[in-house]
Amino acid sequence: MKPGRIKPPMGHDNAWWWQQAAEDKLAIQRCSGCQVLRHPPRPMCDRCRSMEWDFIIAKGEAKVISFTVLHHPKFPGYSYPLPIVLAELAEGTRYIAELIDCDVERITRGMRLQVTTQTDDDGFKIPVFRPATGSE
Amino acid sequence: MAITLHNEAAIVGIGQTAFSKNSGVSELALAAEAVKNCLDDAGLDPVEVDGLSTFTLDSTDEVELARAVGLGDLHMFAKINYGGGAAVGLIQQAAMAVATGVCKYVVVWRAMNGRSGQRMGQGVSGEIISSDLIHWSWYMSHGMLTPASWVALIASNYMAEYGAGSEHLAEIAIAQRNYALNNPVAAGFGKPLTMDDYMNAKMISEPLRLYDCCQETDGGVALLITTPERARDLRQKPAIVRAVTQASTRGQEQMTSFYRDDLNSLPEMELAARRVYEMSGLSADDIDASCLYDAFTPEVLMQLESFGFCGRGEAKDFVQEGALRIDGRLPNNTHGGLLSEAYIHGVNNIAEGVRLIRGTSTSQPPKPINHALVSSGVGVPTGALILGADD
Ligand SMILES: [Zn+2]
Repeated sequence: MKPGRIKPPMGHDNAWWWQQAAEDKLAIQRCSGCQVLRHPPRPMCDRCRSMEWDFIIAKGEAKVISFTVLHHPKFPGYSYPLPIVLAELAEGTRYIAELIDCDVERITRGMRLQVTTQTDDDGFKIPVFRPATGSE
Repeated sequence: MAITLHNEAAIVGIGQTAFSKNSGVSELALAAEAVKNCLDDAGLDPVEVDGLSTFTLDSTDEVELARAVGLGDLHMFAKINYGGGAAVGLIQQAAMAVATGVCKYVVVWRAMNGRSGQRMGQGVSGEIISSDLIHWSWYMSHGMLTPASWVALIASNYMAEYGAGSEHLAEIAIAQRNYALNNPVAAGFGKPLTMDDYMNAKMISEPLRLYDCCQETDGGVALLITTPERARDLRQKPAIVRAVTQASTRGQEQMTSFYRDDLNSLPEMELAARRVYEMSGLSADDIDASCLYDAFTPEVLMQLESFGFCGRGEAKDFVQEGALRIDGRLPNNTHGGLLSEAYIHGVNNIAEGVRLIRGTSTSQPPKPINHALVSSGVGVPTGALILGADD
């Protein structure tokens, strides 16, 4: 088995999100006070200061705002060149993740993406992006 | 009476160790040597020092340093967070301490085996659950482990938006290397950098190539701060603190402020700029030279706009005109900076700001330097400092 990716530490503020990821879902935290969506998750709403929240599951549609391609240094558990995109989800929040199944030469700002789950050899699951069908 | 930090403090000593890739000594030894050299430069007996400030990332404990150097009774010791974002914050701590009378003489320092020991460029990892580590986990798990990768994601968007290209980044890297050619302690001393060298260097994290990234350095730098009155009794011509501030703004993250509406500016650096201009009564027009934090070249472009040296999106043209060169509008990082002198987390950039005011830079610009601007780390909670000559 090849070395797996670095695992996130899981505490009160983020473990629930990774539990959703383990079920192939990209969750977005929602304030129960003012209904604003927020990511990354936090224990308090910075608008209404409510500490009550639930979450929705993203539809998985997104578009590229910015991107980089990592070349150096190379860490075990990742393959290079490694494209990373800053994307805006259809729901309006942003999410940063690897882009898979895409030639790095073809990445452009505004490109349409679909969220999918990457499952590592050790069973760890993480939401990533791939090009949306028909966007190539 | 309201206390501002306008003309309330002066930097009056600079000390540093050799800069290397393998110091062969402890970080405590580097800190002690830098502090001793700093006090010798100022002509102050170590027993007079009563305040200390450094980075939370610094491994040297305050009392271990005090025991090693033989400092006297301490009235203040303070550590500041956020990597290179701490640099100017040390001066603010010191200035507040001497302005209020809490301390007479404050030493600030940063000493690190940044190449042979823990390397910033190797990224983050860890097991302890803290708010900070949970923050990093959103990026770590995807393989975004290095400062270059976080900065690249912001730089890529900025450059696409405003049409800045590799040639503009190269202009910054080459201008600073040309300064380092005159600086015997710089990593880039005797190593010219051509456009071909720049373009052919390995890609790190697109659009950042090797020479867009700073050095990794073993070494230490220390500075002595006191009141302007006491400064006049010491050996060196003081660099007066015209204004100093820390700055962090809404939506700030550490290196990864990817969720703010506007991704093409540095709100925290704009806040720092407003604060230091207001406090000093100066504007960008009054700044003769700068030491803008330069861990990565795009950070210099973005800061030129934050501090009002040019308009939004115009930094690429500003640098292309040669503004950062020795005969340009704004000679920048005349020691070579973090890119070509050494990476002492920006404290070496503050030291160069002091030298510009003293008139002792190895690349002292031909024009008078009445005011020099220095900034802290970029993309993190940060700060800015304006130094001026004693009237
Ligand atoms: Zn709310």
